[in-house]
Amino acid sequence: MSVEEELLKAKKEKDSLTKQRLLQIINTIYEQFAKEQIPQLLIPTRTKSNIAFNEESEVWVYGERESARSCKTVRGAYSLLKSSYTIEFLNKQLEENRSSTLRELYYISEGWKLAKFREQPESDRMIEDLEIITELQRENFHVRPEENGATIFGPIRIKENVERRGKVSERVIHCIDDVGEGGYQIPYNVDNLDFVEHDAKFIIAIETGGMRDRLIENGFDTDHDAIIVHLKGQPARSTRRLLKRMNERLKLPVVVFTDGDPWSYRIFASVAYGSIKSAHMSEYMATPAAQFIGVRPSDIVNYDLPTDKLSDQDVRALQSELTDPRFATDFWKDEINLQLELKKKSEQQAFASRGLDYVTDVYLPERLTSLGII
Amino acid sequence: MAENIAEKLAQKQREISIAEFFEKNRQILGFDSSTRSLITSVKEAVDNALDACEESGVLPDILIEVHKVDKDTYRLIVEDNGPGIVKEQIPRVFGKLLYGSRFHALKQSRGQQGIGISAVVLYAQLTSGRPTAVYSKTGKNKEAHYYELVINTKTNEPEILMEKIVPWDRPHGTRIEVEMEGTYVRARKQSIYGYAKSTAIVNPHARLTLIEPTGDTQVFERVTEVLPVEPCEILPHPEGIELGTLIKMLRYTERGRLTSFLTNEFARIGHKTAKEICAKAGIDPDVNPGDLSRDQAKRLLEAFKTVKIIAPSTECLSPITEELIRKGLEKEYDVDFIATTTRDASVHTGNPFIVEAGIAYGGSLPKEEKTDILRFANRVPLLYQQGGCASTHAVEKINWRNYELLQPGGSGIPQGPVVILTHVASTNVPFTSESKEAIADIPEIVDEIELAVRDVARGLKNYLAKQKILAKRKEKEEIIEKVLPKLAEKVSEVMGGPQPDIQPIVAKIMGNVLVQKTAEQSDNTSIVTIRIKNFSESQKEFMLHQASAVEIEDPTPKPRVSSFDGQFDNIWKVSIKPNAEKKVRYTVKSEQSPGANPLVEGILAEMVTGADALPKKRASE
Repeated sequence: MSVEEELLKAKKEKDSLTKQRLLQIINTIYEQFAKEQIPQLLIPTRTKSNIAFNEESEVWVYGERESARSCKTVRGAYSLLKSSYTIEFLNKQLEENRSSTLRELYYISEGWKLAKFREQPESDRMIEDLEIITELQRENFHVRPEENGATIFGPIRIKENVERRGKVSERVIHCIDDVGEGGYQIPYNVDNLDFVEHDAKFIIAIETGGMRDRLIENGFDTDHDAIIVHLKGQPARSTRRLLKRMNERLKLPVVVFTDGDPWSYRIFASVAYGSIKSAHMSEYMATPAAQFIGVRPSDIVNYDLPTDKLSDQDVRALQSELTDPRFATDFWKDEINLQLELKKKSEQQAFASRGLDYVTDVYLPERLTSLGII
Repeated sequence: MAENIAEKLAQKQREISIAEFFEKNRQILGFDSSTRSLITSVKEAVDNALDACEESGVLPDILIEVHKVDKDTYRLIVEDNGPGIVKEQIPRVFGKLLYGSRFHALKQSRGQQGIGISAVVLYAQLTSGRPTAVYSKTGKNKEAHYYELVINTKTNEPEILMEKIVPWDRPHGTRIEVEMEGTYVRARKQSIYGYAKSTAIVNPHARLTLIEPTGDTQVFERVTEVLPVEPCEILPHPEGIELGTLIKMLRYTERGRLTSFLTNEFARIGHKTAKEICAKAGIDPDVNPGDLSRDQAKRLLEAFKTVKIIAPSTECLSPITEELIRKGLEKEYDVDFIATTTRDASVHTGNPFIVEAGIAYGGSLPKEEKTDILRFANRVPLLYQQGGCASTHAVEKINWRNYELLQPGGSGIPQGPVVILTHVASTNVPFTSESKEAIADIPEIVDEIELAVRDVARGLKNYLAKQKILAKRKEKEEIIEKVLPKLAEKVSEVMGGPQPDIQPIVAKIMGNVLVQKTAEQSDNTSIVTIRIKNFSESQKEFMLHQASAVEIEDPTPKPRVSSFDGQFDNIWKVSIKPNAEKKVRYTVKSEQSPGANPLVEGILAEMVTGADALPKKRASE
């Protein structure tokens, strides 16, 4: 069997497992009808109060609490109906070996009459529900997000296995030499990537494009042998999965550099601990070894950074983080309380007030040294 | 020294006329603000008009006109179709305070003291300097008299400025025109418009026409042609009479003997009771009442309390009635639900009284505001001093959360699209002050109002509970009629299996009794099973009918069979506990399919899934 044939076979097996699990959901409902039980599906409750720390994988996953989507209520009944239409669609898509985006799925439901989704977040949630029940990822359903756009730049050679129209081909790309300044764009299915070789000592994940460009312009990647990953705000699943894979496979430490506000801490939390919305994916996507560089509220004081005032929303977000189990460490409690006291926040790019090189020449080396990375 | 001062003081001491007194204390009568003065004036005139019409058995047709004269002066006209006032009395009715026909009578009426209308005349002359004009005509062939008059505040006597006979097209009636300082408001309950609307609610036999300063005409049409029952006069009841009143009655009575005084001047005292009272008080029953000392009068009063006397007659009261309160609320509010009640008569301090209440809900009433309380006493709306009134206190005492209404903080006036109406009718309504805006907190009255309001609130609670059930049922219907069939269709399509029977699940969701008929066919025999399962929470008993073209065979259990027109009706009596399941089995030899669907009888159609219900017992049974 050629490599190509093997890949195709593996893919087919995966698809058939996916179909089986999806159809199992329909079968559950079908059997409930036969057993004269009011149809229902049980799904873990997806709230902050129902996430638990898994000692083994060191990430936050859903707890024991389940909520039922039951035909006893109008909402539950519609939810089951929409599930059955969605599964029928996914099943057909798998059979025909095609794929669609989350947005396309939302538009496809236009023709489903009663089962039509009212807005895209509803169909997005449906896919997440199905992921949770089947214990698979949406990539297995051949559903992908409509855009990604996050990039990596640094001394690493990657092999892509690309499948198009039933044909599989390989491509090898070096993430400095073979790409432009924009870097290598992370594909939606990161599991099709292999890491060929690298010269990196660590990975730095950065929230904003401006700071990413600053590091590249200043040659931070070559000076410190760093792989620079642009998170582009709250990172997409593929970005988080790639960070985890590089961390696990290549044993490279991961540091996260964001703005100094409550929303940015949540970006770090979703990289390191897993997000509340997709805690079912935590073991697959979270990188518990990831470390937070900053901007820390204490940096605002120590580096005398220019600041903005916290808005009411910021304050509420910080207070909510104080009750978020993911932030229940001394480090985060002290830093969040300090910020509430300061009533101030700072952006990554505020370091520019001390000159364009300050962040790469002083701040980052200082922080990386104290974290024991360089 | 002391004598000197006393003499000096004596030079300053002189009689104060009642008019002078009220000139200095107008707030007591409800003339404390320019807005309120205008409302009070309309109120006094309309109260008199309504009383006069009802006493003479005429359906009231009352015109209220308000004209703006200048910045803060208004001209007020109130005209009625009542019996009119005889010429000689006109000046005194309007131009002398404390002159009236009702003060001495124990009878339910709007006006009582005879202060009201003359106070209006007084207020008008004090603020505008103009006299009051009065037209009155007592009959079709009588002349209409016109007066212009003021009150002499020193002597409390009318002063007539003009007197003449005028042509007037009304067959009979009275018209008063006054000019006074005032402020006209509209957009709230405390306004002439609000007063007219409230009055229209509790006087559904009256037609009120309001012409506002803007020229807008508002007609509050009557909804009944029936006049309220004329309240009758009663004698005072011994319970609750005060010593001073008793002494006065003893002194001025024409009766020569105490027993005869007691039986003739009081209600509910017969000869036997009178003797018992005299014995208890230790007074000779034959003594002349005028000869009783103060001490003896006091003992008599004590005896009233110890001797058992029947409660006063309540026939003298004229409630609005449940039906007319409903009609009144219906015509002035656009609502979804109304409950009304008229309580049995009760007694407070010797005075009979009746409490009535109404509640209106939903429709166009504002959803998130405090509930409006429409308070009435003897059919007169009480617009001011809501916080100090027994009616309000009774409403506030109730835990409205028990009645499905919001009550922020758990006490006080409830919130929601609700109007609460209270009416106290009595021969003597105890007000907290002369302006008659708030009923005093007499425990018996507060209790009765609370009971009345609770009564209508219960009606509202039942209505809201029913609405809730209806909404739930509607929701369930959406599930079982729209979503569930589609879901069954889709899952069987995906699984490639036969479509499941959703009836059992429908029955389960609805909490119904399931009747499910299945048949196994072989050759020309059908083995039929009718399965009955009770998904409700109570035991159900009903008849199950199965029609058949031929006689059924081997039935278990055995049915009662009746036949007509070559058809058979097989009837099983079913009694089934919650969650229990029963089966009826039989065989049919026939070329045809197993036949019609079963029917049920003696149970509501909504409670059954899988079988239609027979509407009524059939004649053949």
